[in-house]
Amino acid sequence: MRFPHEAPPPLPDRHGGSLRLEGSKCPSDCQVCSQLCPTQAISRTCGKPPVLDLGKCLFCGECTRACPSQAILRTGDYRMATRQREDLLLVSPGKEEIRLASALESKMLKMFGRSLKLRQVSAGGCNACEADINVLGTIGWDLGRFGIQYVASPRHADGLLVTGPVSKNMELALKKTYDAVSEPKIVIAVGACAISGGPFANHEQVRSGVDAILPVDLYIPGCPPHPLTILDGLLRLLNRLDKQT
Amino acid sequence: MNVLNSFALLANGEALDWNQIPEYSLSDFIRNVSEELELGARMVSFFALPEGSEKRLVAVLALDSSSVLCVSRSQPFSGSFPSLTPKYPEAHLFEREIYEQYGLLPLGHPWLKPVRKNLNVIQDPKNFFSVEGAEIHEVSVGPVHAGVIEPGHFRFQCDGEEVLHLEIALGYQHRGIEEALLGGPHRLSVYQIETIAGDTTIGHSSAYAQALEALAGVQAPLYALWVRAIALELERLANHTGDLGALANDVAFIPTSSACGKIRGDFLNLTALLCGNRFGRGMVRPGFSPIDCEPKRLALLSDRFEQTLRDALQAVGWFWDSASSRARFEQVGSVETSMAAKIGLVGLAARSCGLVRDVRFDHPTGWYRFAQVPLAVWPDGDVFSRAKVRWLEMQHSGEFLKEQFNSPPEPESAEKITRLAPDKLAVSLIEGWRGEICHVALTDSEGRFRRYKVTDPSFHNWMGLALALRNQAISDFPICNKSFNLSYCGFDL
Repeated sequence: MRFPHEAPPPLPDRHGGSLRLEGSKCPSDCQVCSQLCPTQAISRTCGKPPVLDLGKCLFCGECTRACPSQAILRTGDYRMATRQREDLLLVSPGKEEIRLASALESKMLKMFGRSLKLRQVSAGGCNACEADINVLGTIGWDLGRFGIQYVASPRHADGLLVTGPVSKNMELALKKTYDAVSEPKIVIAVGACAISGGPFANHEQVRSGVDAILPVDLYIPGCPPHPLTILDGLLRLLNRLDKQT
Repeated sequence: MNVLNSFALLANGEALDWNQIPEYSLSDFIRNVSEELELGARMVSFFALPEGSEKRLVAVLALDSSSVLCVSRSQPFSGSFPSLTPKYPEAHLFEREIYEQYGLLPLGHPWLKPVRKNLNVIQDPKNFFSVEGAEIHEVSVGPVHAGVIEPGHFRFQCDGEEVLHLEIALGYQHRGIEEALLGGPHRLSVYQIETIAGDTTIGHSSAYAQALEALAGVQAPLYALWVRAIALELERLANHTGDLGALANDVAFIPTSSACGKIRGDFLNLTALLCGNRFGRGMVRPGFSPIDCEPKRLALLSDRFEQTLRDALQAVGWFWDSASSRARFEQVGSVETSMAAKIGLVGLAARSCGLVRDVRFDHPTGWYRFAQVPLAVWPDGDVFSRAKVRWLEMQHSGEFLKEQFNSPPEPESAEKITRLAPDKLAVSLIEGWRGEICHVALTDSEGRFRRYKVTDPSFHNWMGLALALRNQAISDFPICNKSFNLSYCGFDL
């Protein structure tokens, strides 16, 4: 695979990629999408434009199919990672799409830009995010060519790659793993669960997202995110993408 | 007296009126269940539910050779019940779960620990079986493991290299799925079902769809059943390919491991070709098929499938051709057939012990009533056997899919299910890639879920892994573990 120097493999045609919300098209009393959305990723307070939180979104597409004004559109774009939680919120005017992640600051880039070792922790993850993290290490994607590697111990790691809504039963283990990584370190939240709790948000058994207990440096949305979306997020963070991508 | 009279009979994917299910005093109920297990029935599900201030037990047993399921229930009671486990070990986790969920004490249970909720008790070192002796040492691993894998805690009692006993403690992934389903179906329910175990999205969502169709009295269109069967076999192929690659990796046979890692992804991409998502999210819904596969897409799917299957069989073939790698699997991690039957193993783990046990064969529903997949069984019960059954199943599922691609039924329009019948119980079994997935759904007087019991095949099979390790070298744990490849989140719910 020549990516990122050449175009990446296309997403499946029914995948749809990221979403764009053109809230100015929404009639003031329309609630169709917010009443359908399984994770309440779309909220609307009376008289204001709707807000779509891609950190909660499962990308099921129910809203895009049901919207009578074609205000929610699939962009086909695989790029979805952000540095801030707020950058995943879509709201008109001005924030119709997500604000893609910028690279780490120069001191961190100097340390991690050409070698980033990550410890993966599944904290209530269903194994889908984990599988598509794993696949990046296989011969097709060959994550090693970027100097990125999943390592067996937090003592060998520069950061954590966390999946799952953070089940309370994993909270202590996750904290201990984080503490065992030496400073400076980064945390990456992969998937709707790790960002917001996903389909398990607000269950009493979970903490509804990694940033409830750890500072998060990169959010990669999806259920699960496509491997290309995860790879793009990692490369974006490490400033390893050519300018045009 | 024929014991079966004390049970209501039903077929897989059917529903019964709750009040048609025979109700017995606790002691008669336990006696009837014991007698039926004694005659060879298999425990499919066993759970409690609240009834006023008391609780009642419900047992679902399978008579595999007659393709019949049977259900019975106890009268409401409180306190304790006589444990079935000492005589019928397959009940052991069900009884622990009943105790944890509803506080009913199984009297005489030999190892009564919580299952997934009270982690402090689960992982307290005092509560693990320990072997005494000057030469004995203990190895504890997890919850966080070295690879990209879910969390669980394994505690080995070892004499030198030899494992005398392994105890597996889970619960770390508990997300409260059964509780969240109460009062449902909710808007979120089907999405939670799809994430019970992400690598079994199609298996669990098919079990859910089948249960809801039974409760609504709706027959899903043939087209939906065809799509589900294709998706289920693609899921099986992706996971079997990944597992055989992982097994090869653990004995350092890199060609198969490298190629299978990629080919697994190629199978996932075929699922994504159908529904956009590599794990089949949104592929299966109760009552209808949200996916159409127009002729052009089907032709593309069929072409890419043939190539991917060829690649997979070639890559795994390299492994079988390497005698020194193959030998690493032989007589390692063995579970005897009689033990497998006793602890109630299901799925490929059971078939690898010579047990003829497959929902697609014993209790066929949906598309499997019209098109059959040959059963794959191997007698030895070791790692080799579990690899071999996967290999055979890849070939069988491959041929099955090629045939099904040639005979798509006409797409039909169908309605979403909006209402479930009140006071009914449905049992839905699906043969997922690991084995038998069981969903038991009971509605209340309003047609909402009064109880929704999920049993992932891993619930039956984790004990198989623990027993497979007895008297093995601890260094063989990785291949034993991979050869089962059980689900943590599917168990933890």
